[in-house]
Amino acid sequence: MATDTLVKRAPAVEAAPKKKKKNKISRRENNWHGWAFIGPYALIFSIFILVPVILAVILSFTNFNAIQFPKFVGFLNYITILTNDEVFMKNVLPNTVVYAVVVGIGGYVLSFVLAWALCNLTKPVRTVFALILYSPSMTTGVAMTVLWKVIFSGDQAGLLNSWLMELGVITEPIIWLTDTRFLLPIVIVIGLWSSMGIGFLSMIAGILNNDESLYEAASIDGISNRFQEMIYITIPQMKPQMLFAAVMSIVNAFQNGMITSMLVGNPSPGYASQLLVNHIEDYGFARYEMGYAAALSVVLLLIVQIFSKAANVLLTEKDPYGKKGGPDDEQGEEN
Amino acid sequence: MNKGKKINPKKFEPGQLKIILIILPLVIFMGMPIIFIINHAFKPMEELFAFPPTFFVKNATLDNFTKLMKFSNTSGIPLSRYVFNSVLVTALTVGLSLLLTTMSAFALSKIKFKGRNMLAQINQIAIMFVSTAVLIPRFLVVCKLGLVDSVWAHVLPLVAMPVALFLVKQFVDQVPDSLLEAAYMDGATDLDVYLKVILPMIKPAIATASILVFQQVWTNMETSNYYFNDDSMKTLTFYMNTLVNANNSVAGQGMGAAASLIMFLPNLILFIILQNKVMNTMASSGIK
Repeated sequence: MATDTLVKRAPAVEAAPKKKKKNKISRRENNWHGWAFIGPYALIFSIFILVPVILAVILSFTNFNAIQFPKFVGFLNYITILTNDEVFMKNVLPNTVVYAVVVGIGGYVLSFVLAWALCNLTKPVRTVFALILYSPSMTTGVAMTVLWKVIFSGDQAGLLNSWLMELGVITEPIIWLTDTRFLLPIVIVIGLWSSMGIGFLSMIAGILNNDESLYEAASIDGISNRFQEMIYITIPQMKPQMLFAAVMSIVNAFQNGMITSMLVGNPSPGYASQLLVNHIEDYGFARYEMGYAAALSVVLLLIVQIFSKAANVLLTEKDPYGKKGGPDDEQGEEN
Repeated sequence: MNKGKKINPKKFEPGQLKIILIILPLVIFMGMPIIFIINHAFKPMEELFAFPPTFFVKNATLDNFTKLMKFSNTSGIPLSRYVFNSVLVTALTVGLSLLLTTMSAFALSKIKFKGRNMLAQINQIAIMFVSTAVLIPRFLVVCKLGLVDSVWAHVLPLVAMPVALFLVKQFVDQVPDSLLEAAYMDGATDLDVYLKVILPMIKPAIATASILVFQQVWTNMETSNYYFNDDSMKTLTFYMNTLVNANNSVAGQGMGAAASLIMFLPNLILFIILQNKVMNTMASSGIK
């Protein structure tokens, strides 16, 4: 830096080098072009992401019914969440935790194992398989509703009922989508089915990008099977992708309330598959208790942040010879 | 041969058969519903309600699609209007988003200015942003800006996508500084460098970002649901969804099957077109 400043201040002797230097130097300092390039994005980001988050925090301390001016109530909404919201404590929170653990962690492990398996195959096979595995994550909205409603249809014309009856597992058709015992498992299965998203693709890229010479070196050093290769070479080399995929899994696990609301409506029968996101929509747009819904939103955003932080700590541990971070070990066992 | 060369094999070896056999059931489980969507859309009425229900279509027909067309002709707003809305909104959002995202990625990665690290940090945190959580405040913002019933209410809320910026920035980070240095030496301005050096080099990242944004916009129902009173301004996704939910009748089933295929196909086609580029170049261009 010091030399650059010197160069800049030194009187130019020749004209041509001066121009070159000037251009070079303009990149080293506080270049207003930076703001010009990022400005439009920053503006839209602020209006539609930053401001809404701040508004949510402010509204969470108020009582707001969308018509009258919000009334400040302090921590009342948060206290209500913790002590007075029976549905939240009895259904929403346990459902959200179960869903996040199974779809978040399970989906993450599954996408790593599958990405790794695909990378051991030839390119044409890998491409076709990757396409098939990725396609469910594109199936949202209408396609998903129609599809799963037909499969889980409650009469004997429903695909699953018909198959199970043929196999002799059940004798009477099960009304899947109103039976509180099956609702959460169904939502979880659909969640897992659609969890091979962009994180999965990034993992494939990460594994393919591994330095091949390391594998040869490792085989000389006595690494003998693919499993060891995965633990000692593949994963340490692709930590950035592992982390990215982890964050994607967490976000996906907490924000995907659409499955429930599309399949069975909101609120779900007996709140059996009510997730935090559904609870927010229920309070915000059905009951117009927007202050309370905002407090729930803040809770949701905090939970996602905490989990992402945890993933960050686990995956950025820089200790190549020590023991691995938690998620790595988990994957090993799952395989 | 040695134990090396396990990843990305060039030739088929018997060892791979084992892996295929292990993951095949999962691949089938994941792929079956997609096959079902495609088959379901072409089933004639008898097959849609056949007992026992069938998985594959036997006598494929386009009945469901013609029924969908006819039905939409009877309603006040023609289907073409919704198609037009959706195409316009998607094109605007994807275009605008890619432009702003690549510009920001260039700035965050290659231009030095005050506040750069802070902005990159904020964006990284925002990756974990859950948009459904701020549905209500966002709605208030859209109202305050007077965007209700304007096409921009479809576009602007979805333009800033932190994940896309993060991915593109990761990619721009890989462009060697020496290359930019050379361009600056030749007298290029920041704008020249962005247009002539950065953009051509980050095409794979642009492909990836466009898939992300496309999927987000194409399937989005929030904007139509909450920011629009005027039905003629809503999108195809919204229309298809109301159609499927409102018509639980016998005819509705067939139309729903056709609608689901129509909504799903663009996603699939775009991904098939771009995936080769994304996967190949992502792997060889050293994103780390």
